[in-house]
Amino acid sequence: MAFERKHILGLQELTAEEITLVLDTAESMKEVSERDVKKVPALRGVTVCNLFFEPSTRTRSSFEIAEKRLSADVLNFTTSQSSVVKGESLLDTARNLEAMGASMIVIRHPMSGAPWLLARTLDSSIINAGDGSHEHPSQGLLDLFTIRQLKGKIEGLKVVIVGDILHSRVARSNIWGFMKLGAEVRVVGPPTLIPKYIENIGVKSYFSLDAAVDGADVVIMLRIQKERQDSEFFPSLREYSRFYGLTREKLKYAAGDVTVMHPGPINRGVELSSDIADGPGSVILEQVSNGIAVRMAMFYLVASARSSS
Amino acid sequence: MSILIKGGRIIDPSRNFDKVGNILIEKGTVKSYPEDIKKLEKASDVKVIEAGGKIVAPGLVDLHVHLREPGYEHKETIRTGCESAAAGGFTSIVCMPNTNPINDNASVTEYIMLKARTEGVVNVFPLGAITKGENGETLAQIGEMYEAGCVGVSDDGMPVMNSKVMRHAMEYVKAFGIPVISHSEDLNLSGNGVMNEGYTSTLLGLSGIPSASEDVMVSRDITLAELTGTHLHICHVSTVGSVRLIRAAKERGVRVTAEAAPHHFTLTDKAVAEYDTNAKMKPPLRSETDREAVREGLRDGTIDIIATDHAPHSEDEKMVEFDQAPFGIVGLETALPLSLKLVEDGVLTINEMIAKLTHLPSAIINVRKGTLNPGDQADIVIFDPGQKVKIDRESFRSKSRNTPFNGWDLKGVVLYTIVNGNIVYSV
Amino acid sequence: MTTKTVMDSDSVNRTISRIVNQILERNNGARDLAIIGIRTRGVYIAGRIAGEIERIEGIKPPLGTLDITLYRDDLRNKTEWPKVKKTEIPFTVEDKKVILVDDVIYTGRTIRAAIDEIMDYGRPSSIQLVALIDRGLRELPIQPDYVGSRLDTLGSEEVKVRLKEADGEDEVNLVTG
Repeated sequence: MAFERKHILGLQELTAEEITLVLDTAESMKEVSERDVKKVPALRGVTVCNLFFEPSTRTRSSFEIAEKRLSADVLNFTTSQSSVVKGESLLDTARNLEAMGASMIVIRHPMSGAPWLLARTLDSSIINAGDGSHEHPSQGLLDLFTIRQLKGKIEGLKVVIVGDILHSRVARSNIWGFMKLGAEVRVVGPPTLIPKYIENIGVKSYFSLDAAVDGADVVIMLRIQKERQDSEFFPSLREYSRFYGLTREKLKYAAGDVTVMHPGPINRGVELSSDIADGPGSVILEQVSNGIAVRMAMFYLVASARSSS
Repeated sequence: MSILIKGGRIIDPSRNFDKVGNILIEKGTVKSYPEDIKKLEKASDVKVIEAGGKIVAPGLVDLHVHLREPGYEHKETIRTGCESAAAGGFTSIVCMPNTNPINDNASVTEYIMLKARTEGVVNVFPLGAITKGENGETLAQIGEMYEAGCVGVSDDGMPVMNSKVMRHAMEYVKAFGIPVISHSEDLNLSGNGVMNEGYTSTLLGLSGIPSASEDVMVSRDITLAELTGTHLHICHVSTVGSVRLIRAAKERGVRVTAEAAPHHFTLTDKAVAEYDTNAKMKPPLRSETDREAVREGLRDGTIDIIATDHAPHSEDEKMVEFDQAPFGIVGLETALPLSLKLVEDGVLTINEMIAKLTHLPSAIINVRKGTLNPGDQADIVIFDPGQKVKIDRESFRSKSRNTPFNGWDLKGVVLYTIVNGNIVYSV
Repeated sequence: MTTKTVMDSDSVNRTISRIVNQILERNNGARDLAIIGIRTRGVYIAGRIAGEIERIEGIKPPLGTLDITLYRDDLRNKTEWPKVKKTEIPFTVEDKKVILVDDVIYTGRTIRAAIDEIMDYGRPSSIQLVALIDRGLRELPIQPDYVGSRLDTLGSEEVKVRLKEADGEDEVNLVTG
């Protein structure tokens, strides 16, 4: 099956077959990172621009390494450097980058749907590196990749996503990704942070962490934005942590070989106790190296779709 | 020059008139309904409009238009807004006060009236702000604005959150017999919401505006109308909850009227699906249940009228991130075909539809418009309800193009718009 | 469309045996040899060569698999990009005499990509090329060191190598038209 998408905007749009193709391709890409010379010439002559409107060293570095390992030319644009601070519109900024030769634009933006605006308007391929509270497809794909590697499959797994579902792009991408590949997905968090309509997607929602992790194979902890505390969402981090922080104690309801994931950076002692973050069930560092492989696969497949269209 | 409109189906719902016949216009007024027209047809100073198979109705009246002038002339001007109205079959429009400066005193009202008289091709009736600068705290100079020509007061776009201020506004307008026209929205509940709170907003990760944000304020405003006895008109009803509240209020005799916008009875929040900023407006497009309720409200009379909430914005302003885009869409040039769809769908009869776009809105603001009695000012629309049309935003007379209906195949074409006996628009 | 068999099963086996002997002769035994097959059918031939060497010399040379997709020079004008499969070289190529194996050598571009890829793993002391079939029509100055059979072909023709591991039988056909 050929990949026919010029853009990767979210996992909602991808079929199970397309997701599997990305994961399979990432397997091959992972091997490249294990070589002496961690670089292949596949994207020689292609200019990729990383357009980041939010500071995110991790995601940006991961994309940048992926681009460089495929021999693409890399152009980095972050808010502090760009003219956005001067009031230039997103479209104008992106059009300028396109004029500089970028044919793929990786965009991270604090507002949901910003990548759609570019995809609708520009010739470039758009890769969503996280938009507002919408999706973070590369993170979702790398979580799937990591779990598939660890458990051998996705189908039939019980996956629990814990925390601020309302504002989380990681949650949305993971919900789609895991559901499409046949996992059972649950979400849990304070009722103020669980969208009222989330069950319409096909997940089950919980307000009790104990109940949600019962029998879980995978627990994905979302990062809690500190600015949400002292607001109307929940009273304090301390109280949040007490009810929705993951501890060994709470994890005992999960499956014996439960895997704990966190998109990072972790607020230790809030979402996760340190013994879990560093413990045997944690794959948090493995996720980082898998992230590069998955992003290489995304670039390769999008480039292939570009050349066939 | 006189005009003879020949052989059209004349519908004037204000007096249950629906007959094929002729109308003679002379000196700007409806002169008569002549039966024998042989002589008139030959007269050199009579322009004959063949209207066989077409509908001849009172010119449409829109209670909810943003003309943007003064202050936002890049979006719309009084001139272009009036041209857009004429192209849509409207002969009278009511313009909202949220201009810059805000229409909160007589000098702004006079400016608008003067501009409308000199540049506008349709009748323009301004609304004054309820509070100074729409600050929600101190009453604007309502009496002076009334004298200058304002036909009501409204907080459109910037709701009066303080219930006590709203109460006093409702009491104060009774001195002038004008309605309070309310944009009912609880800004705290809306928060930073940009679309309807529902399944679609959950998928898109966009902040939602719950229907409760409208219901809560409709409820408050009805309560205050009941307290004060003032005529309350509720703008752009979009939720099942507010339809229910208004229906109950009417049943117990509260002086409340309501309007619905074509986009609310046509679309649901699914239209936002690909972050289309032309589907972003306030109140937002709601769920299918809400849409059904609005249609039922129009059908059973709970919702008295159709008003467009014509809200022009430039392309540059709309071609941005969804969160950043301003609320609102243009509506004057799509209202008639979208309303005719209600007739096609069996929600309204053609007479009911015309009533909701003519004499009923006129009655809310107490102006003598929307009728075709002999002696009335000749404001007339002639349209072909069955003629197919593909909505083409490039053809709009409005300065702005922000419509979610571009490319839609609909029926209903305005052939002539006549204001005060002058043809101001023809295809 | 006509199909002509240019090698049957016996002939394929004899050819591989001969090539193995030539390799051992030229390299004075199996010391420092490493065999790397190019996906897909080069891999099977490489496996057979490694097995044959083990049978003769008593030591099995390390065996690797090369997927050259990411090194192709035609990606940018290819409409359908091939699926990327894994390269597996579970040993160091440093100072090895790499025997690079493919089923057919044609333009030479695949071999160029393969050499580049191997170089990214380290610096072998030499790379020697095995091709079961050399069908000519080279576009790059690359020649095999060990050739099973040379065929004069036209660009419009197709050389189809069938191997037991993938196709159930050993056979080489020339398809015309």
